[in-house]
Amino acid sequence: MAESSASATVAQHGQPDIVSKRDFLKLTLGAGAAIGVCAIAWPFIDSMNPSRDVLALSSVEVDLTPITEGMGITVVWRGKPIFVRHLTTKEYDEAANTPLNQLIEPIPAADRVKPNHHQWIILIGICTHLGCIPLGNKPTDPRGEWGGWFCPCHGSQYDTVGRVRHGPAPLNLWLPPYAFESDTKIKIG
Amino acid sequence: MAGLNKSDMKNPVINWIDTRMPVFTLMQREYGTFPTPKNFNYFWNFGALAMIALMIMIATGIFLAMNYVPNTGLAFDSVQRIMRDVNYGWLLRYVHQNGASMFFIVVYIHIFRGLYYGSYKYPRELLWIIGVLLLLIMMATAFMGYVLPWGQMSYWGATVITNLFSAIPLVGESIVTWLWGGFSVDNPTLNRFFSLHYLLPFVLVGVVFLHIAALHITGSNNPLGIDVKGPQDTVPFHPYYTIKDSVGTCVFLLIFAILVFFFPNFLGDPNNFLPANPLQTPADIVPEWYFLPFYAILRSVPDKLGGVVMMFGSIAVLFVLPWLDTSPVRSARFRPIYRQLIFLLVISVIALGFVGAHKPEGIWVVIGRVATTYYFLHFLVILPILGKLERPRPLPESISRPVIGPGGSGGGPLPGRAPAKPMEKP
Repeated sequence: MAESSASATVAQHGQPDIVSKRDFLKLTLGAGAAIGVCAIAWPFIDSMNPSRDVLALSSVEVDLTPITEGMGITVVWRGKPIFVRHLTTKEYDEAANTPLNQLIEPIPAADRVKPNHHQWIILIGICTHLGCIPLGNKPTDPRGEWGGWFCPCHGSQYDTVGRVRHGPAPLNLWLPPYAFESDTKIKIG
Repeated sequence: MAGLNKSDMKNPVINWIDTRMPVFTLMQREYGTFPTPKNFNYFWNFGALAMIALMIMIATGIFLAMNYVPNTGLAFDSVQRIMRDVNYGWLLRYVHQNGASMFFIVVYIHIFRGLYYGSYKYPRELLWIIGVLLLLIMMATAFMGYVLPWGQMSYWGATVITNLFSAIPLVGESIVTWLWGGFSVDNPTLNRFFSLHYLLPFVLVGVVFLHIAALHITGSNNPLGIDVKGPQDTVPFHPYYTIKDSVGTCVFLLIFAILVFFFPNFLGDPNNFLPANPLQTPADIVPEWYFLPFYAILRSVPDKLGGVVMMFGSIAVLFVLPWLDTSPVRSARFRPIYRQLIFLLVISVIALGFVGAHKPEGIWVVIGRVATTYYFLHFLVILPILGKLERPRPLPESISRPVIGPGGSGGGPLPGRAPAKPMEKP
């Protein structure tokens, strides 16, 4: 092995005519083997990806009619908690009137909600710090200084549209993909 | 710092490791320059093929276990989920399912090779015994694996095979209850079978290591069955036999792929597509094909305990084969009578396979009894006597002699661990 690779190296350095048929065969065999190993490895690796039945559970519908103003509920989507909260006008306006330069991740409040449905804020209820579930969805929970959510693990605080106002969380709460099917029904995922 | 290895490895990193832990030197000695008889035929591929089959089974099995649920209520459905929903789950499962058959085909041919060329004889008795042990562990693993999908045949196969132990006088019933962890094959049985089915392949790997360790002390047998006399009789394992094994591997994988992709259920039983039902036995209980000869021996004996003893005896007899065969000549090429009888043995085993697949009625009972009788007669009576009576054909002087004639030179190095015998035994 060592000898033949040495002779191949010599051949590459200025004596191309020494490259033998055997070198060619070794390289093509090696390349073919590498492709073959990848092709065999892929089914094994891919079998650990989400299976069809897991992917089939990738969307949920939520009826908004029972959620009165000021209330929030938690639904499960892909095994994660989703916060669905009905904001009061005051709560939304507070967030909308916050100057962007006071924010850690400056995003306007209007971009956190859907147009014409700005009383509904829908968030992935997972703290962007280390993955705990923030408190504040229930009116009896501590909601922090900005009236949104408060993470009990390391004290991160979010405002009423889920923007981080106090660390250690680095980012706003993530928004799931969702759409309004009607004024009282959303589909997440 | 005594004992540092003086490594010949050119690559400095490999050399550094090899100096402290000479695994590269070991591999080079055991699989690189290892002196191997130069007259192997393709029968000598099957050890390597068995190793490859074991690796494929372990790899696919580990990934299947990630999605399998060992619970009587969920096992069948979890296998269906693997087949339908898990990415490439169908491939992993079909490879594993048919891999068991391929593994047994390869191992049975490997055993036939040993029988035909007398590989079990001095000095390879221990190597052979370890091999029979491997066969037993492999059979236990295969049996428990077949139970896991929890289909009808899984359930009733498990019931029948575990009930074999009830034939043991006095303690039989207690042993069966202990095996089951209850009063029938049920969830505790399935759980322990899954646990052991995962464990035993790794035991198999360990025992395979012993098998190879013993092999590399005695050196390989060869189609002439005579000892290596010197370097002119050997070639280094690499590249000569690595490449020969590669050719066999390609053929093996080709057949394996045809089975997996075109006939994945050809060797399976349709009854296993039905979930296990403890209240209804299928019309025919048939084991997988690789157990059929043993199953036939079991049914050929019209006595419960007798059948069980004969079935286990058919494997047990292999353990003492090195001492039952009294002929000093290894290869059947030089044993004119043995050469015919070994094929009679193969025919009787294949006949037993067909008998095992049919209901024990009419002609099948007769064939089963004749074949069973020959099987035991062959090992227990014929082989001890034949060694004394048979007149073997003259053995060649050396492996090289028939190839390159007297005084030939060339070939590989002298095996360091298996020094040439000064005189070949008659």
